[in-house]
Amino acid sequence: MTQLPAHTDRKLGLVIDLDTCVGCHACVIACKGWNTENYGTPLSDQDPYGAEPSGTFLNRVHSFEITPETGAAQLVHFPRSCLHCEDAPCVTVCPTGASYKRVEDGIVLVNEADCIGCGLCAWACPYGAREMDAAAGVMKKCTLCIDRIYNENLPQEDREPACVRTCPAGARHFGDLADPDSDVSLLVAARGGFDLMPEQGTKPVNKYLPPRPKDRLEETDILAPFLEPVAETPQGFLGWLDRALDRF
Amino acid sequence: MHPAPSVIAFTTLSGLGFGLLVFLGLGEPAVTGWTAFWFFLISYALAVGGLLASTFHLGHPERALKAFSQWRTSWLSREAWAAVAALVVMGLYAAAAVFLGTRIAALGLIGAALSLATVFTTSMIYAQLKTVPRWNQVLTPLHFVSASLAGGALLAGQITPAAVLLLLAGMIQLGHWRVGDARFAEAGHTLAGATGLGRPGRIRAFEPPHTGPNYLLREMAFVVGRKHALRLRLVAAVLGYALPIVLILTPGAGHALGGLAVLCHLAGMLASRWLFFAEAEHVVGLYYGRHGTRG
Repeated sequence: MTQLPAHTDRKLGLVIDLDTCVGCHACVIACKGWNTENYGTPLSDQDPYGAEPSGTFLNRVHSFEITPETGAAQLVHFPRSCLHCEDAPCVTVCPTGASYKRVEDGIVLVNEADCIGCGLCAWACPYGAREMDAAAGVMKKCTLCIDRIYNENLPQEDREPACVRTCPAGARHFGDLADPDSDVSLLVAARGGFDLMPEQGTKPVNKYLPPRPKDRLEETDILAPFLEPVAETPQGFLGWLDRALDRF
Repeated sequence: MHPAPSVIAFTTLSGLGFGLLVFLGLGEPAVTGWTAFWFFLISYALAVGGLLASTFHLGHPERALKAFSQWRTSWLSREAWAAVAALVVMGLYAAAAVFLGTRIAALGLIGAALSLATVFTTSMIYAQLKTVPRWNQVLTPLHFVSASLAGGALLAGQITPAAVLLLLAGMIQLGHWRVGDARFAEAGHTLAGATGLGRPGRIRAFEPPHTGPNYLLREMAFVVGRKHALRLRLVAAVLGYALPIVLILTPGAGHALGGLAVLCHLAGMLASRWLFFAEAEHVVGLYYGRHGTRG
């Protein structure tokens, strides 16, 4: 059913900390691994060992360079995946009903058996969150690891998305963003979490936390004041030599 | 956006076919018998041929019937319904005209309306996408509908309506290009907004996620050279609209010049539709440092 639910009981999603992310791409690999071996068709690769490898990924990490008005340039690593939007444009465009948003937790999913692979949902998504698998001919997207978070065969600490579980920097957080008292909601409130492309009106559930202000370069070296400035004019024998050479 | 041959062929051919069906439904020309047979054969070959071409870009064409289920929200599903309804109603109308030698005018009118509705639903598949600002404008449905009607009038041999509609469609085409060129900037999409990293300073795409290509880049980050695009626009405007008007208004123009006008129009429309896709900028390109915008 491609009509969006008016209300979802919970809003499960991710909070991604752009201050903490070190750009190691471990979340990309964990995601690819879990979602290739578990729910749905595998995330295939084309020409993986050849000249032009390419493949399906549900999570990709970009790097952006920011040059502030003053101070040194910074590098920000930016993981990009499905934001499980409240007003998901990818769902309503689907002609078959393969794309849907769950009422119980707000997760946006694709029923692969109903997908005709028309690609319209990928066009409708502003975030590039959906990718057509070239081998299976169906649309793939982040499931928020639905087969982990409710999986009672896994130990409690593993019942979170693979990307969150694997992140060595603790830059990814998973929880219910509809509950104002949840850890993720408190984190968003404390750090000023924001939406991507708010002008698209998609109302993303996932939030991003901005990089914290960096130390300024000139303040970083605490030994600088103790260092003698380099002599501008040479003294003694070198000074005499310098003056003597100047006369020629 | 990637200018896929299947989608270009689909929008061009089915647009022409349904445009011809509109005029046949209106009884312009009021044909019966063998003449009607050839007219309907051409219109169905174009409309159905175009629809079949569109299934070539599906990952699972065998599941195409499922696309009828979500008409409440999906323009693609509505298009499927409109196309089938138009083809069925016009099929009955055609059968009566060809085999019984009678035109059922009311059925023709309904069929004409449904044919026009089909072209409109096709245009809305593109016009609804906020992610592609160039398509997300009022002139997109107007361009599809006017081009279809102009081509239909041309195929139906309706000289005066064809000349007027070609002129109108040509002006809408120019407007679509002009408005479209400014749409991305107008919509206010920037890399700073896409990443939320606008405040600290200037932002630049430093490194893409992977060194290789991917589905997003192949499908949505097609880039066409500006010089190339301008040349093709000229080809589309001249072949698609201007030359057909001159050809059909030439005194004593018969079937030969009329046929040439149709071929010119078809070639021009193919160029126009190639540009429609190739020039369309998807906002996801921002993450890959495309569209020349800086934060």
